[in-house]
Amino acid sequence: MLEETGPEWLSEEVKTGTTIIAIEFDGGVVLGSDSRVSAGASVVNRVMNKLSPLHDKIYCALSGSAADAQTIAEIVNYQLDVHSIEIGEDPQVRSAATLVRNISYKYKEELSAHLIVAGWDRRDGGQVFATLNGLLTRQPFAVGGSGSSYVYGFVDAEYRRGIRKEECQQFVVNTLTLAMNRDGSSGGVAYVVTIDEHGTEEKVVLGNQLPTFFDQ
Amino acid sequence: MLGFMRGQPLLSTVIHREKMAAAPVMMPYFGQQISSKSDLVPDWTRQEVSTGTTIMAVEYDGGVVIGADSRTTTGAYIANRVTDKLTRIHNKIYCCRSGSAADTQAIAEIVAYQLGFHSIELDEPPLVETAANLFRASCYRYREELTAGILVAGWDKRKGGQVYSVPIGGMLVRQPVSVGGSGSTYIYGFMDANYKPGMNKEQCMELTAAALSLAMERDGSSGGVVRLASISEEGVERRVILGNQLPKFSTH
Repeated sequence: MLEETGPEWLSEEVKTGTTIIAIEFDGGVVLGSDSRVSAGASVVNRVMNKLSPLHDKIYCALSGSAADAQTIAEIVNYQLDVHSIEIGEDPQVRSAATLVRNISYKYKEELSAHLIVAGWDRRDGGQVFATLNGLLTRQPFAVGGSGSSYVYGFVDAEYRRGIRKEECQQFVVNTLTLAMNRDGSSGGVAYVVTIDEHGTEEKVVLGNQLPTFFDQ
Repeated sequence: MLGFMRGQPLLSTVIHREKMAAAPVMMPYFGQQISSKSDLVPDWTRQEVSTGTTIMAVEYDGGVVIGADSRTTTGAYIANRVTDKLTRIHNKIYCCRSGSAADTQAIAEIVAYQLGFHSIELDEPPLVETAANLFRASCYRYREELTAGILVAGWDKRKGGQVYSVPIGGMLVRQPVSVGGSGSTYIYGFMDANYKPGMNKEQCMELTAAALSLAMERDGSSGGVVRLASISEEGVERRVILGNQLPKFSTH
């Protein structure tokens, strides 16, 4: 007997296929992400912003299962609010990353999400932390998501310490574009968030404004 | 006639992601049950030999540049750290091999024989496209039994330098630049960003050496030395870049 089960994508898990990246520059950090959310072969959201604020000057980039990643971000956002009231000042980026790591590690069997935490604080300036599988490590840059495999070589080759803000933003956009061109689970527009001591700036780069490469 | 019989099951070469060395796609995992007496012999004696690999081929005006790493693995053991994956098929036609070492060696030998015969019949140097089609014919016909990802590259009088990609499954496509093997996923972005049409031979060599180094740093199944070759009307020129001479990047 054939049952009416509805379209396939209703029964597929919703994943943020994704490419996410965060890079330190001289004076802050730049985070970037694509905007595609897929359920199986369908794109269920083509304009999702995967750069989620944890605090004024601390953001995280979401990848993996959309539900898991969003929930972790919301919980940590709450915990950081409480923490920053307790200490009476802006929280450190390392604190935010530690809170994310604690959840990722404790529930590592149940969760399938990788969050990259990046931001600026007065003590250590711009910082990027990776929290994959429940580890915590500070890195000059971090890439994540299914699209990241395709751009490891590019980022390894092009990254330099101490680059300026505009160069860094362009680097992030280039990296996202290259990944989006090769990874079926990444696409849409590019969201870029820049955090430094003066504040936080959110930007969207639309599809037709993305850089093109030799075969396009 | 020309049968490819493989009784050995495919085994993953990388522990975390069950990724077959030859292709950046998920392959079904045919695991073996390990019995207790197997503690007497190391695990890698039961694993298939695979050219983990990163391979690359680039066309330029007047010829092609091909390159490969030099690591062959059986499981986690490096069976050969100075492998030559750039195999001569004819005077000015080479192939870059990735996937199962046995499969690709067998196919390459068969194609070299077929092409040599064909060239004698024609009384002319064979076309690169012919060699590529011979690879494709074998790889497609025996696609269920084989694991072979091959780049065919060379020079002929009719079309100059050409690169043809014959990935797993046996399709055939000509591309100005192509990468293959398990390490290739990491350098798609680098290649897209840095390849420009109209580069000369030296630029292609540098691009290939840089790309292979980057892939070898990230892919556990690729490593060793970088072997390069350039093929043009003048002939074939081979180079080896040893580990300490590889291009270095700021994160290393």
